[in-house]
Amino acid sequence: MDFLSIILDILLSAAFWTAVLRIATPYVLGTLGELVCERAGVLNLGIEGIMTLGAMAGWMAVYQGADLWTGVLVAAACGALLGLLHAALTVPLGLSQHVTGIGVTLLGTSLSYFVYRLVLPQASTPPTIEPFQPLALPGALAQTPLTYLAFLLVAVVAYVLYRTPVGLAVRMVGENPAAAEAQGLNVTAIRIGAVVAGSALMALAGAFLTLSAFNAFFFNMVNGRGWICIALVVFASWRPGKALLGALLFAVFDALQLRLQQASGGVLPYQLFLMMPYLLSILALVLVARRASYPRALMIPYRKGER
Amino acid sequence: MSSPVKGGPEVVLRLAGISKRFGPLLANDDISLTLRAGEVLALLGENGAGKTTLMNILFGHYVADEGTIEAFGRPLPPGSPRAALEAGIGMVHQHFTLADNLSVLDNIAVGTESLWRWRSDRGAARRRLLDLSQRFGLEVRPDALVGDLSVGERQRVEILKALYRDARILILDEPTAVLTPQESAGLFDTLRKLTADGLAVVFISHKMNEVFAASDTVAVLRAGKLVATHATASTDRARLAELMVGRSVKPPAPTPLSPGEPVLELAGVTVASGHGRPLLDGVDLTVRRHQVVGIAGVSGNGQTALAELVSGLIRPESGRLSLKGSVVEHGDPADMVRRGVARIPEDRHSAGLVGAMAVWENLIAERYHDAAFSRFGVLRRGAARTYARKVIEEFDVRCPGPDARTQLLSGGNMQKLILGRTLAHGPDLILASQPTRGLDIGAVSYVHSRLLDARAAGAGVLLISEDLDEILALADCVTVAYHGRLTPLLPHDRVSVSQLGLLMAGHWDILRDILPETVHAA
Repeated sequence: MDFLSIILDILLSAAFWTAVLRIATPYVLGTLGELVCERAGVLNLGIEGIMTLGAMAGWMAVYQGADLWTGVLVAAACGALLGLLHAALTVPLGLSQHVTGIGVTLLGTSLSYFVYRLVLPQASTPPTIEPFQPLALPGALAQTPLTYLAFLLVAVVAYVLYRTPVGLAVRMVGENPAAAEAQGLNVTAIRIGAVVAGSALMALAGAFLTLSAFNAFFFNMVNGRGWICIALVVFASWRPGKALLGALLFAVFDALQLRLQQASGGVLPYQLFLMMPYLLSILALVLVARRASYPRALMIPYRKGER
Repeated sequence: MSSPVKGGPEVVLRLAGISKRFGPLLANDDISLTLRAGEVLALLGENGAGKTTLMNILFGHYVADEGTIEAFGRPLPPGSPRAALEAGIGMVHQHFTLADNLSVLDNIAVGTESLWRWRSDRGAARRRLLDLSQRFGLEVRPDALVGDLSVGERQRVEILKALYRDARILILDEPTAVLTPQESAGLFDTLRKLTADGLAVVFISHKMNEVFAASDTVAVLRAGKLVATHATASTDRARLAELMVGRSVKPPAPTPLSPGEPVLELAGVTVASGHGRPLLDGVDLTVRRHQVVGIAGVSGNGQTALAELVSGLIRPESGRLSLKGSVVEHGDPADMVRRGVARIPEDRHSAGLVGAMAVWENLIAERYHDAAFSRFGVLRRGAARTYARKVIEEFDVRCPGPDARTQLLSGGNMQKLILGRTLAHGPDLILASQPTRGLDIGAVSYVHSRLLDARAAGAGVLLISEDLDEILALADCVTVAYHGRLTPLLPHDRVSVSQLGLLMAGHWDILRDILPETVHAA
């Protein structure tokens, strides 16, 4: 009873929901990015490294004197570039998407740390920048612009996928590339384009961490968020709307455990609370995604003239 | 090469001197063809004769090493399906190129609009599709998911896809391979409507009766070469068969034998599918010694489940499976092999052989634990190789030797290898799933005669095939699978192809006419 009233208190506070939206933002962006890649048939396990690179590059640009939005663009461009590497290896060359993705993650992560240390060899306490400030829209909880952008992008990605010829083409190459080619589409170009665009979105997720959520770049700051996005795509059955829902759900669990940790006052080990969002996510995945209909050509390299 | 038609309607397509090489294989050897408006050209040839390669070159999937293509008087740039589409060439592939998770309209409209429009014009696409559908009598549901359609419906979607792109030349690759005889007749009606509208059609086939049912001209390919072009009306089956194979082929004829005791009995066997209709639904079936029982049916009506059941891969939910009179409680594949079941799997590449392993390894794959092939957990490689050499010789497997890698063998030789593994031990029951799929006429008659030899030696054969001619040629009794159920056994001499076709489409009321005495049972 006591426990329930604590939870109720938490759920009814505006601060809680403000935190939920903030926590959800990188998951929304990362999941959207992964979703775009996978809809075109390419698994992008480079997400963790691309997010790290986005976080570092965006922050570094601002630290070097660029304004915040330029930092966001720099992050997206760096993400797109790393995405292009992943696409070049997996699409025209048809290498294993798993192995390539893990390689891209290792490269993106190490490269970010390397560049950071190269520019700031001396820093013991991480230098900071002036991040995005919350912006109160009428009727909304105050959030930074990147959060609003993330939510807007859900609608944009959904519209593009379901209402435009290019979206249909992306879905087609993810379902049956041979059919797409027989309809005169350039499978290679469409897949590369989707991976590059998706990777740019992932990098935005990283940039949110250094330009909005925090004001500095730390090692390990992405901290597995990319892997959660991979699971959220499955949870969402590859649909943008459901991806938003999944990211919010995960953020609710995460925000809740933080507050329960404080409320429990050290009675329970804090690791138990840390586990909670992951356990609940696995449960949700089991319940929701068992019969998800995945893009049929996901992870299958397409080579022209081979069928 | 002489063209039988002089003058007449305009030439819409001209292939000149097309050659294509895959490694050492000359798939197309200097092929020239012409096609006229309103003409149906049948491209006849055995598997591997180069028909599909030629059409893939025409549609831009492959680039020819030599030769040129001219469509409507203009040269066609090689290697671009888009160029082919723009020149008015549409292709219906043997394996449909449709995305199951997308709607019919999506499948048809994809790629027809400029990619950078900010909004798809679905309304216009829908109107155009429904208009075409009405004009050619091709019924479709634009919003249905392709995955929910029957094979016949999917083929209509493929044809509409080509028409939607204003195709004036339609290529159909083995269009009837997956259809019931009635659906095939429907397809041929459609083709006539199309040619009446001035379209030209090329259809690829290795079935003689279709050539005569639907084509105006027939071009015969053999081993990559165009060996003849005839007006269909001026030739006959025997002549075409000889052209196709290069020699005359006599199909083996089963000698009448009286069936012996039962080797396989299924009583009320049901296998659930996890969702929806069960895969097998109360199936009763008996196969006796000296008997070939043929299972006809459109694929996906329970044949795969039946084959997996008899191989021991799945178990019945309810009902009983007996082999040689004893009930099998917990069958697994190894147990089934020990009980005398031998199988020729449906897909020799995925379920029959391990391509990366040697011929001898594949040959002992089912019995490597026998004392003959292993001792104290160590393989007796010498014994296995000797055994392999014997099987290779006995079953005429053309390969460099027991150590050859299996994936280097041709389809026919792979099937002989499986046949050797299956038959070498004198099995009691042979499960033959699509035993001749993709084989040429020579290999087909070899497989058939071997199966009939096994039958004469006392084995029961359960023959699952989508090829009705094969079933009627081999089987003593036929049953038709539909929605997981089997008809009673029908003696092969009392049922016709068209009756089988109706049964395959679910019209079981005609059983009354075929088996008047068992009406009460059904």
